[in-house]
Amino acid sequence: MRTKILVDQVEKSYASDKGPLRVLDRITFAVGDGEIVAIVGPSGCGKSTLLDILVGFDRPDSGSVRVDGAELTKPSAAGILISQRGSVFPWLTVQENVMFGLNGQAHGDKRQLADHYAAMVGLNGFETSYPHELSGGMLKRLELARALVVRPEILFMDEPFGALDALMNLRMRNELLRILAKERHTVLLITHDVEEAIHVADRILVFSPRPATIQAAFDVPFAHPRNLTSPAAQELRAAILRELGVEIYGG
Amino acid sequence: MLSARRLLASLAVLGVLIVLWWALVAVTRSAIFPTPWQVVQGSGELIRDGTLWAHIGASLFRVAAGFFLAVVVAIPLGLWMGWMKGAYTALNPLIQMLRPISPIAWIPIAILWFGVGDASPIYLIFISSVFPMVVQTTAGVHTIERRYLRAAANFGVSRYTLFRRVVIPAVLPQIIVGMRIGLGVAWLVVVAAEMIALRSGLGYLIIDSRNAGNRYDLVIAGMVIIGLIGLLLDSAMRYMERLKWVRWRYAH
Repeated sequence: MRTKILVDQVEKSYASDKGPLRVLDRITFAVGDGEIVAIVGPSGCGKSTLLDILVGFDRPDSGSVRVDGAELTKPSAAGILISQRGSVFPWLTVQENVMFGLNGQAHGDKRQLADHYAAMVGLNGFETSYPHELSGGMLKRLELARALVVRPEILFMDEPFGALDALMNLRMRNELLRILAKERHTVLLITHDVEEAIHVADRILVFSPRPATIQAAFDVPFAHPRNLTSPAAQELRAAILRELGVEIYGG
Repeated sequence: MLSARRLLASLAVLGVLIVLWWALVAVTRSAIFPTPWQVVQGSGELIRDGTLWAHIGASLFRVAAGFFLAVVVAIPLGLWMGWMKGAYTALNPLIQMLRPISPIAWIPIAILWFGVGDASPIYLIFISSVFPMVVQTTAGVHTIERRYLRAAANFGVSRYTLFRRVVIPAVLPQIIVGMRIGLGVAWLVVVAAEMIALRSGLGYLIIDSRNAGNRYDLVIAGMVIIGLIGLLLDSAMRYMERLKWVRWRYAH
């Protein structure tokens, strides 16, 4: 598999009252083209800081991030971030939101493309609705459609479904997998939910508490659709949780 | 149903006040202070001879001109100050210093610069309504949530798209709040400005009615009309808050 993202010895510290606070400690890993990699770790360990650097919102103190071999210096539509709080524009309709990132095309083409992607995530019929008229799950679908329509090579997802209830969370994971089976994207998913990582990812990196280092890596060798209750999946879950310092018994 | 009851309640308060007023005038046997009925008769007189409409028109024209100039200056200036840190640092102290100066304090300078025509009150209205709008617009830009600006940066949109699709719509609700405050102040100030030396406007009507023979019925008629028009102007601005471009701000 060709390397898509190469994270090389990335370090980051923040100033705090008690001097510099080390957040990332020489993080090194690669993500293959079309691969889905999940990062799990304790809260506050620096996962979101890393993602900010990977998207290009922030720069590492040292080390580098390369996408397709070129050093990343600023955000671009090649890698779109979807975060837990979401960022659909409340003043634009569903259709206008999806069209937001499109440029260099005739208005009619944009609209057609936007409607296509809105339909893909199940928002057909809501094109002229405003975000405040949508449910939490629909907002996530809208955010996904707005990202997918620009055909990003990479999707960065930071606890994307974390704010949803358990059922909607499951539904959105299936939706994401269905879309990813159709449109191949490289995905970097940050989550605290081990089950979500096992459900979606090809590979799982476990981060240590701050300053974050990669403590362990697991392949997820299960074919889709995955049975999360299989003994192998349960065993993997127990192993990951053990890395995170949680022992579960009776498995 | 509920709004009908609310209306009834406010009408009841008004009714009680009018009765109280009437009773007080009757008890004190005041020769100068008019009864409500005398005010109604006075208003009728103004309507019949047509002067009321001329005064209202003159006041509204001055407010419209001064307020329009203030909008044209305040919104771009506020956006610029909100967006450019340097502009904010350079201009904000000046604006914060000019803002608390009462428009009344500007009257001598307005007369010196613009004489006693329409230009003086228009300038006073401009100076009083421009600052609240600048401040609101600037604050609006400063409070745009970072996640929206980051999303726009992520999609790599042009500066033009960023302004048209993110900054302006995000700030619009605040701009409208600023316009509402600005128009309220403008209406407040026009009356004071017209008390100076002009021969038209509701402010002139009030001062002239007093000077020309203690016509307090017309003084109070003028005050009531100013209040009613102020209420109408504010309702019009409130209506703008329900427009679809800003409704998102008030949802939930």
